[in-house]
Amino acid sequence: MPTDQVVPVASAPSSAQFDPLRSAVNDFSIQVATVNGSGSQTANSVLMRSIFQMGVPVSGKNLFPSNIAGLPTWFTIRVSGDGYVGRRRDSEFFVAMNPESAHDDVMNLRPGAAIVYDEPLKLNALRDDLHFYPVPFDKLVGPVCPEAKLRKLVRNMIYDGVVAWLLRIDFDEVHKALFKQFGARKAKAAEMNWNAVLAGRDYAEKTFTKSDSFRVERMNKTAGKIIIDGNAASALGCLFAGVTVLTWYPITPSSSLAESLIAYLAKHRIDKETGKATYAVVQAEDELAAIGMVIGASWAGARAMTCTSGPGISLMAEWVGYAYYTEIPAVIFDVQRVGPSTGLPTRTMQGDMLKNALLSHGDVRHPVLFPSSPEECFTMAQQAFDLAEFFQTPVFVNTDLDLGMNNWMADPFPYPEEPIRRGKVLSEEELDRLGRFARYKDVDGDGVGYRTLPGTKHHAGSYFTRGSGHNENAQYSEKPEDYMHNMDRLAHKFDVMRREVPACEEQARPGAEVGILCCGTTRYAAEECRDQLEREHGLRAGYLRVRAFPFGADVNDFIDRHTRVYVIDQNHDGQLFSLLKLDVTNERAAKMRSIRYYSGLPVDAQSLRDEIVKQEEL
Amino acid sequence: MSTAPPIAKKLNHIELEILSYRGGKSTLCAGCGHNAITERITEAFWELGVEPWSVMKFSGIGCSAKTPAYFMSASHGLNAVHGRAPTVATGAILANTTLPAIVVTGDGDTASIGLGHYMHMLRRNVPLVYVIENNGVYGLTKGQFSATADVGSKLKTGVINDTQPIDCCLAGIEMGATFVARSFSGDKRQLSSILKAAISHRGLAVIDVISPCVTFNDHEGSTHSYQYMKDHDEPVHEVDFIPSFVDIDVEFDEGSTHEVEMHDGSRIRLKKLDRDYDPTDALKAITAIHESKASQEVLTGILYLDQDSPTLVDKLNVVPEPLATLPQDRVRPSRETLAHIMDEFR
Repeated sequence: MPTDQVVPVASAPSSAQFDPLRSAVNDFSIQVATVNGSGSQTANSVLMRSIFQMGVPVSGKNLFPSNIAGLPTWFTIRVSGDGYVGRRRDSEFFVAMNPESAHDDVMNLRPGAAIVYDEPLKLNALRDDLHFYPVPFDKLVGPVCPEAKLRKLVRNMIYDGVVAWLLRIDFDEVHKALFKQFGARKAKAAEMNWNAVLAGRDYAEKTFTKSDSFRVERMNKTAGKIIIDGNAASALGCLFAGVTVLTWYPITPSSSLAESLIAYLAKHRIDKETGKATYAVVQAEDELAAIGMVIGASWAGARAMTCTSGPGISLMAEWVGYAYYTEIPAVIFDVQRVGPSTGLPTRTMQGDMLKNALLSHGDVRHPVLFPSSPEECFTMAQQAFDLAEFFQTPVFVNTDLDLGMNNWMADPFPYPEEPIRRGKVLSEEELDRLGRFARYKDVDGDGVGYRTLPGTKHHAGSYFTRGSGHNENAQYSEKPEDYMHNMDRLAHKFDVMRREVPACEEQARPGAEVGILCCGTTRYAAEECRDQLEREHGLRAGYLRVRAFPFGADVNDFIDRHTRVYVIDQNHDGQLFSLLKLDVTNERAAKMRSIRYYSGLPVDAQSLRDEIVKQEEL
Repeated sequence: MSTAPPIAKKLNHIELEILSYRGGKSTLCAGCGHNAITERITEAFWELGVEPWSVMKFSGIGCSAKTPAYFMSASHGLNAVHGRAPTVATGAILANTTLPAIVVTGDGDTASIGLGHYMHMLRRNVPLVYVIENNGVYGLTKGQFSATADVGSKLKTGVINDTQPIDCCLAGIEMGATFVARSFSGDKRQLSSILKAAISHRGLAVIDVISPCVTFNDHEGSTHSYQYMKDHDEPVHEVDFIPSFVDIDVEFDEGSTHEVEMHDGSRIRLKKLDRDYDPTDALKAITAIHESKASQEVLTGILYLDQDSPTLVDKLNVVPEPLATLPQDRVRPSRETLAHIMDEFR
């Protein structure tokens, strides 16, 4: 079948002619190549934040190896006056600090790019179609950093000074960003680093005549915005969702979600009068234990969660099926990475789309939310808890490494106006009124039964939870009619969820034949690709971003309104595409075409555009 | 027509009869050691007057895992997945630190598939009662050796075990359980006293109960049979338990009996038998267990007791109320807090 064909999307530099004029002002990417563990993160954050403070939209992506120190790392800052924050395939402004990767880095640059590099590397000997800016970093760092062991770190700040001068970044903003980064407690370190920035600036000013035309010009497009990574945003979402139990096992790229949350809990959830915690955190022995504890805690009434990545999800499979069938809430954040197995643990992928939707054995289906931004990490965290407790079922929140571990511009998060939804839990008074209750009986027609919590002081309050066959009264049963009745109710409950999970985001183009459908962080490349298709190829395309599984009626409507729908996946096997095919009619499935990007890097607009141009024969 | 006077129902100190602590009918084999343990657990909770609605029961998978359905139907119970009862019990305790919890597992759960969780529950000192119904064999899958089968013990089919067993009590003492006991399902008096002491203990109480499998492991050549235990059971002391609400002051000989006062005011009396056994000394306990193995004795009694180490709950320093039911204003920070956090990211 043509739709199942794997369509590899190239990620090699494009042969398209580079247009330096179009990209010159507020529209280019800066890439900094360093050695992992050399402390370049601070320098890169300061650079990114300086541009952000000038009102120009930016995004920062850390492309790093699975390694603590020594292997090459690249940090990319995309500067986009138009507000595009997805990854760009190429970078026009390069900082080469890593002797190991420098040769390849230079050879991969497009003609007309600018490169700041460590002078002894003599990169200018390799090509003659780039703007070269050699800097003697070792000579400059000595005077500003007397302590030899700190030089490796401070050295990076010198390139901030050079780059800021070359790109005409306002040094007042660099100063502000740098001192914010270090904070009041590290004022001395900030001072030393600031001197390194100035040394870089002074050297550049004295030595270089700017020959490239890349520069940053002040705008007003970031006012009021924040810069935050997705994992911190998810952690804040959980904090404001009123999480009470977090059990987790360290795994890249989800560890910083747990660690952020632990820090927020310690700061904001200690009872003022008693000094005691209104939460409990346990670092478990493995992911089986982490999810087991979540299920135990949720069963006993807590708002409990865990966070992990693909390999951890695999270990949770048996438990998740148990929770589905026994109807116990659980919130599971999956910061997806490249697999299978260890795969590329520090690279991004929408790798667990099918797995999470169908995790475990037997007939199981789970709601999965697909946040695409820090704002959605924050709001969907709260929705995940409300859905899990209302529907008494595990809920996945599928973010990915790109969203979780990179810095994003975002609007400040809205304070949750809705009260926390704790779901159908019977109190002692309600039991008195009812006399009795049947744990798995569909009283309200939504497929969701009522539950009681351990410790309910009532003669009719208890029930026995078992993964084995059970009837409406939670009694052991192997009767065919009991099993079928239960499974039918679970299926009905899942259908009811379609209306309750976050709805799609649509940007309609009335009359367009072509539709683009995606989820999660693919949105940035997809939206940019759609604009490129319209601008450069005259192809108008509708756009739909699904925000949750099970899919709602809006997905069907979207497919119905288009002739061809391109479904974009950031995985090799077309997992979103497959999940849609399981859900929609054959007629609708026949309209869908699959585009798959699976390099481990966040998908870029150009790769998508090239593929659609090819398939549309434009 | 004469009417017999009504027999006064025996009530515990919270005015409940034992019927309030009963569960469903057992579907295990007649004569299974597990049924006797179920009886002892039922009696222990009743005698102590623990409110049955307050208890949380957990199990894994196997014959033992069915038993929480056979005692205290008035309690919430959860029959989990294989080997992972410690995790789900730990989670439930995090949600509600006010409720007593009991986990009933088997040797497959504890010593094989869930050994990792067992070890980590031990080192966390999770406050719960952990019963291992240990028969050395997989019953539900029809008679394969478990990891507690002794070297040289024989299956019905004639297969002899040549792999070292895991001793759950030794692991318990080594890894941080604060109450470690071994008993025999056939020793009604000892098991009853140990269970009551375990329920009254404020940390993790592990009880490894040798519980013969009448169908697959009660033959000659088994070291988990009724006959073997009759011949090899070696109590280290006689255990008596006096609950906190019993206000009697029976004289006892301090030379031959050691009394331990527990945190809730109840008392354990350990009467010396052939040896002078000190359950508060971990090293000596470990040595005694190893020596007994060499002489083919099964040491039973309270093998180790530590009333001072902090529990998981102590270390978490959580509020005394159940986390599960904290109201929204205690779990959702204020609007101002969010605004302040947002400012930090500007």
